[in-house]
Amino acid sequence: MALAEVPAVLILVGLAAYVVFAGADFGAGLWYLLAGPGRRGRAIRDFSYHAMAPVWEANHVWLIFVLVVAWTAYPTAFGSIASTLALPLFVAAVGIILRGTAYALRSGAPQDRETEGATGFVFGASSILTPLALGAAVGAIASGRVPVGNAEGDLVTSWLNATSLLIGALAVATAGYLAAVYLAGDAVRERKPELARAFRVRALAMGLVAGALAVGGLVVLREDSRPLFDGLTSGAGLAAVLVSALVGLVTLALVRAGRYEPARFSAALAVAAIVAGWGIAQSPDLLPGLTIEDAAAGRSTLWALLISIAAGLVILVPSLALLYGLVLRGRFDLGAPAGQEPPQPQATRGARGLAAAAVTLLVVGVALTLFADGIALAIGVLSLVGFIALGAIEFLR
Amino acid sequence: MTIDLPAQLLAAALPPVEQEHLLEARQMQALSFAVHIPLVCFGIAFPSMVLLVESLYLRTGDELYRTLAKRWSKVMIALFAVGVVTGTILSFEMGLLWPNFMATFGDVFGLAFGLEGFSFFVEAIFIAIYVYGWDRMSPRLHLLSGVPVVVAGLTGSLFVISVNAWMNNPSGFRLEDGRAVDVEPWDALFGSAHLWPELTHMYLAGLIVAGFLVAAAYAWGWLKGRRGRYERIALAVPLTVAALAAPVQVVAGDWIARRVADDQPTKLAALEGLGTTTRGAPIHVLGWYDDGEVRYGIEIPKLLSLLAEHDPNATIRGLDAVAPDYRPPVNIVRVAFQTMVGIGTLLAVLGVVHLATWFRRRRFVESRWFHWAVVAAGPASVVALIAGWVATEVGRQPWVVYGVMRTSAAVTGADGVPVGYATLVVVYLGLGFAVAWILRRLAGRPLELPPEPPPILEAHGAR
Ligand code: HDD
Ligand code: HEM
Ligand code: HEM
Repeated sequence: MALAEVPAVLILVGLAAYVVFAGADFGAGLWYLLAGPGRRGRAIRDFSYHAMAPVWEANHVWLIFVLVVAWTAYPTAFGSIASTLALPLFVAAVGIILRGTAYALRSGAPQDRETEGATGFVFGASSILTPLALGAAVGAIASGRVPVGNAEGDLVTSWLNATSLLIGALAVATAGYLAAVYLAGDAVRERKPELARAFRVRALAMGLVAGALAVGGLVVLREDSRPLFDGLTSGAGLAAVLVSALVGLVTLALVRAGRYEPARFSAALAVAAIVAGWGIAQSPDLLPGLTIEDAAAGRSTLWALLISIAAGLVILVPSLALLYGLVLRGRFDLGAPAGQEPPQPQATRGARGLAAAAVTLLVVGVALTLFADGIALAIGVLSLVGFIALGAIEFLR
Repeated sequence: MTIDLPAQLLAAALPPVEQEHLLEARQMQALSFAVHIPLVCFGIAFPSMVLLVESLYLRTGDELYRTLAKRWSKVMIALFAVGVVTGTILSFEMGLLWPNFMATFGDVFGLAFGLEGFSFFVEAIFIAIYVYGWDRMSPRLHLLSGVPVVVAGLTGSLFVISVNAWMNNPSGFRLEDGRAVDVEPWDALFGSAHLWPELTHMYLAGLIVAGFLVAAAYAWGWLKGRRGRYERIALAVPLTVAALAAPVQVVAGDWIARRVADDQPTKLAALEGLGTTTRGAPIHVLGWYDDGEVRYGIEIPKLLSLLAEHDPNATIRGLDAVAPDYRPPVNIVRVAFQTMVGIGTLLAVLGVVHLATWFRRRRFVESRWFHWAVVAAGPASVVALIAGWVATEVGRQPWVVYGVMRTSAAVTGADGVPVGYATLVVVYLGLGFAVAWILRRLAGRPLELPPEPPPILEAHGAR
């Protein structure tokens, strides 16, 4: 693989991760909305909401990851996409704001029943709107409707067409499906059999919808975007589609059998395979007439990006593993076992010189920052920082 | 960097477009920043304050500290959620409003946003572990799980500020046919002399804004008669943090001003309203810039030369050094700057008063005027923050990348900017109400304080 293509692969990996993780959070919002406002749906609503609480912010960062890799590695393509697809992207952004705000509102007032109707609706509706809009944007790129240039493409028909609608709908259905599978698993872990049953039915139903959309969608693609269709029905693209279909069927069987833990992973795999299929079908073009190779930034930028991503992953992977591990082991569930005893008070250590040290740092820091240069200046600034740190310790002792 | 480049050397990877709503696009960008940046201050400073309180709990075993840290952490995650979504809007807007800026220079500064993305990951992950982990892990481990949040707040600001510093003082690339070539991203981002003062100044602003805002809430409570031990501690911590940072900020402000004098002489001239290049240039306090000079201001002779060059007779470049359409709108920049410096000076005085009293008597200034001043300091510090950014960003105009790309060349060619702008205004208004409502709810929850010893016992214990 050429250096210029590596970021494209990373973008697809990030996109797959976004669909698999954040997609499920959107799906939880979908089930929240479909549960209706009344008392009957309360158990479903509370459960959907609670399950995503600790993870949605981290999951959301995958989108940021996709954006920044795209604009760093393929700046002209990014500029063209963002300007032509301004509308769906703006809608997605507004959806994200509304969702986050409604989420925060609900966490500020879980017991408040009067406001729950309105915030719940905004929360649920924006959970559908955002994947729909993002899916439509993907459809525009996949069907070659975004030319190179500043808002060169049609601002409306580029994303309002059969392919875009199909991919948007597929995104929503996939989100609902993933969420139902995960939530069924969570319900089993928390020993809530009725909820597990409820989400099992939803998972099966949404799985069938997603499958039907995917198969029927091929017909749409054949009419509306032939190159994409050809890419998906030949060679490696076809292989990816078949893997996705096969694994999707296995997942349905697992869900039927009530084996949700393996189903989590196979459902994710099915999604990843279809994202990979898109990448294969589209390459080597990024936009019509613009190959990945031509769109790529210079070598030093690409290397810098890859090095920093590698370094970032060293920190990110264990952190994510820790978070998901805690969540999946039920450590954040309501009523999980409490931690340990309160700490023993310790004798206050003597720190008489602290105040004097802080003042010395202040004086040195001010003098050096005002009048020095180079290293001495750096020492001055660090002294000022030290003054604040020591000062805080001393004053709050 | 010279600023008199011939036009064909200016950057633009995509062909130029006509955008009649450039002004709206700029205002939309500014609005979004003005919403995001106060939340960022909480992301920078609040975790340290929460951890400070929790470590006091670990040291003393006093449940009150634990209650306080726990309640604050709920506020922290709610504000974080809002910070996340407003930040996401900004990421979208970079492309939606300024596609040609991204297309031309995305490969120069994009790296910083990539690194920032990882900071956000770490921040989001550990903030969740910290907030949902209360009572679920050992107290020591719990405290430890908050440390990455503080570190990520610092690195996150470092990376995003490195982009802004680069826009102010661009380097690390060469222009060829309007495109950036020979890009050296590390050098562009972290080699800029502007980065370190800007980061320091912004980080301190974070401490000041979050500190004074939280303190203002409790000072208000104090004026309303809520003066228990819980409230006093909840006031002492943020107030002390802000009071320590405020005087230091003045020094940091001088540092960044000298960088501006070196790298962006036109901006300095606008900040000070210096119409003509002058030897031994004065500073004017207050007043209004009109037709090349400041009217009705209080003049302090030679001070500008002294501050900027450490030489009372140094020559300072005025606005007349560049053609009129290369000058920023002077009064906006100058008024914003004076507002920031004025407020900054007052905040520093307030901080010193608090520190001196606390240091000598280990208690607050127990007067109403002091608490009123703290109440006012909260919003005032936000005003200083926004004013500082207005001075920085508007002062850079007409450039988006100083001396290299004009803002008008960066803007999108898409229609509908005013519609987007209006939509965002409505959304942000809703957001503002929502945040206010959440904070009220969180503050209104009953305190779960440990039972205090009955007054009789306390009196006996104290003899
Ligand atoms: C609480 C907020 C706050 C306070 C009290 C001050 N500042 Fe500030 N200032 C900011 C918050 C800020 C900021 C965070 O808004 C800016 C915008 C860009 C930056 O890095 O910091 C800024 C920018 C900024 C700039 C422009 C930098 C540029 O264009 O790149 C200068 C020259 C100063 N400041 C100088 C001062 C001085 C001399 C102050 C002392 C009294 C002062 N600031 C107090
Ligand atoms: C001076 C400027 C800025 C600083 C110091 C800053 C810093 C921060 C910090 C500390 C956070 C953490 C969230 C919080 O605690 O509220 C945050 C959130 C965010 N910021 Fe900013 N930011 C700035 C401007 C920008 C800009 C220009 C962009 C985008 C182009 C941006 C994009 C984001 C995003 C996407 C998030 C959400 C992260 C997440 O999903 O967890 N910010 N920012
Ligand atoms: C890393 C941080 C930041 C980046 C990358 C950034 C980038 C930009 C860009 C691309 C523009 C549009 C082009 C231009 O008008 O020059 C802009 C304008 C502007 N930004 Fe920033 N900005 C940052 C931080 C901030 C913050 C925190 C504020 C806070 C209020 C702010 C206030 C403004 C204003 C007022 C304008 C409009 C200038 C005008 O119309 O004259 N910026 N910024």
